[in-house]
Amino acid sequence: MANSKHELIERSVTLLIVATLLVVSVGGLVEIVPLFFQHSTTKPIDRQGNPLDVKPYDALRLTGRDIYVREGCYNCHSQMIRPFRAETERYGHYSVAGEYIYDRPFQWGSKRTGPDLHRVGGRYSDNWHIAHLRNPRDVVPESNMPAFPWLDRPISQRDINAIQGKMKTLRTLGHPYTDEEIAQAPAMLEGKTEMEALVAYLQGLGRALSNFQ
Amino acid sequence: MADFVSGFWNMYVMVLVAVSFVFCIVIIMLNMRVSGKVGELQPHKWDETLQEWNNPLPRWWMYLYWITIFFGIAYLIIYPGFGAFPGIAKWTSVGQWEQEMKRADEQYGPKFAKYRNMDVKAVAADPEAMAMGKRLFQTYCMQCHGADARGAKGFPNLTDNDWLGGDGSPEYIKTTIAQGRIGVMTPFKDILSEEQIRDVAHYVRSLSGLSHDAPRAERGATVFAENCAVCHGPDAKGNPLLGAPNLTDDIWLWGSSEAQIIANVTNGIQNRMPAFGEFLGEDKVHILTAYVWGLSNKR
Repeated sequence: MANSKHELIERSVTLLIVATLLVVSVGGLVEIVPLFFQHSTTKPIDRQGNPLDVKPYDALRLTGRDIYVREGCYNCHSQMIRPFRAETERYGHYSVAGEYIYDRPFQWGSKRTGPDLHRVGGRYSDNWHIAHLRNPRDVVPESNMPAFPWLDRPISQRDINAIQGKMKTLRTLGHPYTDEEIAQAPAMLEGKTEMEALVAYLQGLGRALSNFQ
Repeated sequence: MADFVSGFWNMYVMVLVAVSFVFCIVIIMLNMRVSGKVGELQPHKWDETLQEWNNPLPRWWMYLYWITIFFGIAYLIIYPGFGAFPGIAKWTSVGQWEQEMKRADEQYGPKFAKYRNMDVKAVAADPEAMAMGKRLFQTYCMQCHGADARGAKGFPNLTDNDWLGGDGSPEYIKTTIAQGRIGVMTPFKDILSEEQIRDVAHYVRSLSGLSHDAPRAERGATVFAENCAVCHGPDAKGNPLLGAPNLTDDIWLWGSSEAQIIANVTNGIQNRMPAFGEFLGEDKVHILTAYVWGLSNKR
């Protein structure tokens, strides 16, 4: 202690760890924790507080969403339309926080190799999505997106078995699924392909503030 | 920030931020001067020989620390972040977007206004409007109809002056872009036998002069008259009111192979062009109409 004030901290590992944790947690305490107590980030509303038509994903879309994650779509596609004219002209209304309340985890992505997909729902026909996922070059010859031909297989029995548990877990996190919806979930996936699930998910994206039917 | 569940959270943010600033300032003040003797070797050793001099912090480092603190304070005065205080610049990301949109309206509004009341055919003759139309097409339409507007399997070619549901007039094109189209063909798998479907496929190929099996085509003609003529017409020249294509020309939306025709007759078709009117707005639809009309009506 004789010559330096920091010697006390440097000599005690426990004190150093505690002090470090205190300092690095300030950012999270100020920037993250308050978000849990904001209406616009926890309820289906827009920035002005108007209600948005945002519903939890049904069993088919939830499965499609997991396929979206499994295939790593988020590596090239964002789901976050920023309030820039270049993006709102191309994709539609900018994204608002209330639209993502049933996304766990959200699929904002960060690398925008492909177009943003947050308002893709209704913009293309189902046929387009199917042709495009089987082989993007069939409809867009310039595309460098990989083909996903294996999506034409049926949804696996394992995924069908898991759907109810998944929905129950989400319900404990606040997704308002009814008992009936959970009971009917496996039947909804029976006989469906992964392609159908993924297209259903894509066609439902961004509908709360969409210009497409 | 007005939408916290209670006012507590504004205070929470403000207190934590203020305390952090005070903490940083106190730490740097306490370390501006060396305690003890400058240039003295400290007694403790690490790794047997590693020792430390008692020297002041480098000046550049300390100045950077102060600059960072002042930057943070200035930022929170100008921009939102300090609890409920919106910052003197009143900046919001949406406000910035609105300004950007307003500037764009001022810049491009007159251009759209110039064409708004012009006839579609006159717009199609204007090179500047066609350059705009091309850019719009490349942004909004090429995903299905192709960069060259020649379409793809299931997505119509827009350059051949052949139209599924109308006459190709500007009004028809505009309605299609703004309100979309739905194309439906009944699946015949429960109505016709596999043999009948194969026969009718050969008949349809014979209509366009493609290779076919003559006896099959002959049998297929009867099947066609009883099942297909309702929509495609007794002469198979199609019916624009139903969006039923002309089967006697050499234009094939889905392809002309026997297997493809059989697949379409068996499973039917559910095709859809989405309605772009609400998304694009009248001005852009008008320019796009002229561009698409111009593709088939080159002078």
